[in-house]
Amino acid sequence: MLTLIGRRLALGILTLLVVSVIIFAGTEILPGDVATAILGQSATPENTAAIREQLGLNRPPYERYFEWLVGFVQGDLGTSLGNRRPIAPQVGFRFENTMLLAAMAACIAVPLSIGLGLISAIKQGTIFDRAISVTSLMAISVPEFFIGYLLIMFISVKLGWLPSLSNVNDRMDFGERITVMALPAITLTLVTLAHMMRMTRAAVISVMNSPYIEMAELKGVRYWRIVIQHALPNVLSPIITVVVLNLAYLVVGVVVVEVVFTYPGMGQFMVDSVSKRDVPVVQATGLIFAMTYVLLNMMADISSILANPRLRHPK
Amino acid sequence: MSESLLLDMQALRIEARGPDGEPFRIVDDVDLQLKRGEVLGLIGESGAGKSTIGLASMNYARTGCAITGGKIIFDGTDLRTLSEDDVRAMRGVKAAYIAQSAAASFNPVKRLNDQVTEAAVRHNVMGRGDAVKRAQELYGKLDLPDPDNIGRRYPHQVSGGQLQRVMSAMAMTCGPDLLVLDEPTTALDVTTQIEVLATVRDLIRTNNTAALYITHDLAVVAQIADRIMVLQYGKLVEVGETNQILHDPQDPYTKELISARTEEINTKVFTGMPENPVLSIKNVTASYDGKVDVLKSIDVDIGRGETVAIVGESGSGKSTLARVVTGLLPPREGHVDFDGETYSPALKQRTKEQLRKAQMIYQMPDVAMNPRQRVSEIIGRPLTFYFGLTGRERDDAMMKLLEEIDMAPEFADRYPGQLSGGQKQRVCIARALAADPELIICDEVTSALDQVVAAGILKLLDRLQKEKDLAYMFITHDLGIVRNIADRTVVMYQGNVVEQGTTEQIFTPPQKEAYTQKLIASTPEMRTDWLDEVLRERGDLFEIDAEKHVD
Repeated sequence: MLTLIGRRLALGILTLLVVSVIIFAGTEILPGDVATAILGQSATPENTAAIREQLGLNRPPYERYFEWLVGFVQGDLGTSLGNRRPIAPQVGFRFENTMLLAAMAACIAVPLSIGLGLISAIKQGTIFDRAISVTSLMAISVPEFFIGYLLIMFISVKLGWLPSLSNVNDRMDFGERITVMALPAITLTLVTLAHMMRMTRAAVISVMNSPYIEMAELKGVRYWRIVIQHALPNVLSPIITVVVLNLAYLVVGVVVVEVVFTYPGMGQFMVDSVSKRDVPVVQATGLIFAMTYVLLNMMADISSILANPRLRHPK
Repeated sequence: MSESLLLDMQALRIEARGPDGEPFRIVDDVDLQLKRGEVLGLIGESGAGKSTIGLASMNYARTGCAITGGKIIFDGTDLRTLSEDDVRAMRGVKAAYIAQSAAASFNPVKRLNDQVTEAAVRHNVMGRGDAVKRAQELYGKLDLPDPDNIGRRYPHQVSGGQLQRVMSAMAMTCGPDLLVLDEPTTALDVTTQIEVLATVRDLIRTNNTAALYITHDLAVVAQIADRIMVLQYGKLVEVGETNQILHDPQDPYTKELISARTEEINTKVFTGMPENPVLSIKNVTASYDGKVDVLKSIDVDIGRGETVAIVGESGSGKSTLARVVTGLLPPREGHVDFDGETYSPALKQRTKEQLRKAQMIYQMPDVAMNPRQRVSEIIGRPLTFYFGLTGRERDDAMMKLLEEIDMAPEFADRYPGQLSGGQKQRVCIARALAADPELIICDEVTSALDQVVAAGILKLLDRLQKEKDLAYMFITHDLGIVRNIADRTVVMYQGNVVEQGTTEQIFTPPQKEAYTQKLIASTPEMRTDWLDEVLRERGDLFEIDAEKHVD
């Protein structure tokens, strides 16, 4: 089992390396020139050349790639071209904000979706099951920015329950933060709910036809207990996979939602930097997103391995 | 008299919904009486309603089925009039179920003890501590190794035979009045079957538990049942004392069922070892992981028109040998020759002509056919693949094949789901025949079928062999069949050929090899005293086995 986990770790690191190459290459071939973008109106050929020299853009790409990668591994994310300050501290608090928002959304979405999935599996075919199914499908079919604007319109503007802007800052206490973050968190919940819920429902229903479920019924065990104690542990692996995939989506897919609610997180930072052609920031944030994604997926795979008793307790 | 009745089913009717949405009766007005401590064998083909009746004794119907008529009086109360909660309270306590496949009936992620004690704990019969003690006691009685600790294991950590015994313990924890045993030994090897059969019988006798013993194997039920009930198409055919059913069956269907078991099919005289074998397996050693050899230096020849049976328990390497012959598993050493020509070890390198010569028929015709293809397509594809036949020519050839397997032309348009088990296996035979092969590898082709249907398939295979001079490599664990159809028999054990010779040599005592002797002694015979006799004689013969073949 350790070899399996080790292999998975190695694969994760390899994936990250490949991703870093792609991100670097991708930003290299972006149209437009950083030097021109920085100088704006005052871009004369001489000035441009000077800036290029200063930024080291004339050196071969592979040299710059390795320098960047080595720096990144050591925690040096480089210097922003926009404001000439180190990127790390600027990313730091934004990353925290993003993770906080994702965590809040996850705290609502994961228990809710698994709970609803289990209930609809138990009440399979009833009105309740169908109602949940239809509602969640509707939520998943609508793009997240649209859900965001709908929520703003009804909950903030018409009802005035929650603020529409989520510009958190350090002076807010916990309660205020939660209130401000509620709408983006709900938006993210609605977007991810359906996928997890349907997967839970389908996975549970598929094992409900197993002979060991029939055996439990013939032992006179209550139906809901069979679902929770016999069926659920057997479908942990697919559920964990879909949950973690959605967590990864929460972190990475937060970009649009952050922009809609002007939430000061990584996503907004990245979008701003792209428009400013601030290549080092785009590279750094891109790689951080990729790391989160790969890390979460790796955790999904490892927990699936751990959830399998055949691997935990070999013969 | 009526006080001693434990179970009294009256005019029981159970309906299922057919593919067209119309309900049809799968159990039709069956009456069944069972006294306390009595064992009733339910016997019949699959689809006869045996399991459905067994489950109905606990007022349980599988998904898609419903109990629609009659009374199920258990211990004086009609279960059908009880509330769901009251029925649930009786399940696992007063009546318990033992299923065919222990491996599938245990939850793979829960420890054995948790599952064995579940009924007792959930119904507040005893606390968890007492329930575990009770389980350990039962493990000991059932001869399970290390009874104090085996319950902490997970299902995959014990062998199939052991798991079957753990399931018996699970059924017995609450000391039920009724046990429903649904083919409890069918999935086991003959050598393991004996042990489980003996323990189950002891359990029933010492606890004076009544039992419904469901099986399609008359020889097995003869060892354990006081009375036998014969069912066909959900209807009661005949019920009577075990000896009366075995020796003096009244109904023509019962007679057929009993004669299917004893009938001689092959009357060929063995003519000596083949000089120019169709198939020659030479010194084959094979392994799945490159470390453990599952076949060790195997030499087997099969002559033209000859049937060679490969027998042994599961794990002996029988099916692996078939995989090597077909090229699915290239051997680590040795080679496979057809007609004196050495074939490439791997399937992909074999020519179409080489592939054509060896065809295969599988145990489960259900999974060996594409459910979305019509019979005409299933049989027609090899005709196109090997001979390039299309259109009219192909249809004619296909119809001729249908005729050869005794199936009417209208079956060509059916899907596999619309065929019975025997018909499906016939279509698989036709598909193999379509390639005009020299050798057909038959991997447990009758073990998923009922005896009457299986006998039909064997007769068909025999006729085709005579007509087409086919060679069969017949892989099976059913020695009863081997005796009837094989010219020669190869006995395998743990990847080795223990013994090979003419079927007569192998089966005529005294056997040269102790393992062969044990294997043959383990095959149930159709008389009520067989199990007692074997258990009396077992002595050294069975002690070599006890834990050895447990993987």
